[in-house]
Amino acid sequence: MKDVAFVIAAYGVIIGGLGLYALALVRRLAAARRQSRPELRSDPADQGDGGRA
Amino acid sequence: MKTRILGFVALAAVLAAAGFGLFVVPADLNQGDAQRIMYPHVASAWLAYLSFGVTALAGIGWLWRRDLRFDAVAVSSAEIGVMFTAFAIWGGMMWARPVWGTFWQWEDPRLTTTALLLALYVGYLLLRRLSDDPARRATRAAIVGLVAAVDIPIVHFSVIWWRGLHQGPTFLDPNKILHPAAPLPFVLALVGMVLAFTLTWSWLMIRRYQLARLQAGHEEAARYGRVVRARAKARGHETTMTSPIDSGDATEAAR
Repeated sequence: MKDVAFVIAAYGVIIGGLGLYALALVRRLAAARRQSRPELRSDPADQGDGGRA
Repeated sequence: MKTRILGFVALAAVLAAAGFGLFVVPADLNQGDAQRIMYPHVASAWLAYLSFGVTALAGIGWLWRRDLRFDAVAVSSAEIGVMFTAFAIWGGMMWARPVWGTFWQWEDPRLTTTALLLALYVGYLLLRRLSDDPARRATRAAIVGLVAAVDIPIVHFSVIWWRGLHQGPTFLDPNKILHPAAPLPFVLALVGMVLAFTLTWSWLMIRRYQLARLQAGHEEAARYGRVVRARAKARGHETTMTSPIDSGDATEAAR
């Protein structure tokens, strides 16, 4: 394989970066859900006043 | 549950598309293995356009309806768009070194306008940190998002309007990927990667939106708590000032 280092660098950063971002996002979301009070977990703004409160 | 299934499907699709692009598609006759970088590069560039387009539309939605859900969509899309723009630039640089002989050339309009696009949306995300007021922040961000979106067509058409190192459009040119004689493995690899990345983008958008709504809820709860504490403090102070004799009520109000 020619230019294999560039191919690995490109795929590694893009696919790996995508995976890391997804993982970080899941962790951020889990932390935010833990921090939420029970009444916020159902996200009332999405159902009630349209988030304008 | 549906979002979780979407996540697993997206993960499988990305791994399959990457495996196909790396190990199944033959090397290009002229560009060799470097051609394989084009698949994630083009897919990332498409999702950068899509993300910032959604940010602009959501900004219009906020300005029109004053509904903070639009702002949550806008910030989610902008953050994901910044990531995909960075991926497109990185993939392009890794492809350019073996094919062009250089990682970067500032004289190239596509490269320079894409770098500007990245800077604009990093600025958009930084601007959002300047204000604690959700409505003010959303309005400022919507305006900046709309102004920055002007760069999207400039990036896309830069290869047609000006001369540079970067080749012309991949999908819109009938003589390239859409040509009937285009080798099927190359077409499948590119289309497959675009679809896999788009699925992943959809999953990321749903999760990032959920996070943005939760953060907005926390922010609102914190603001409410501050207001309640400030009012209780003011009431206690007022009662103390106006009726220092009735110390019992003042103490109660301060609580």
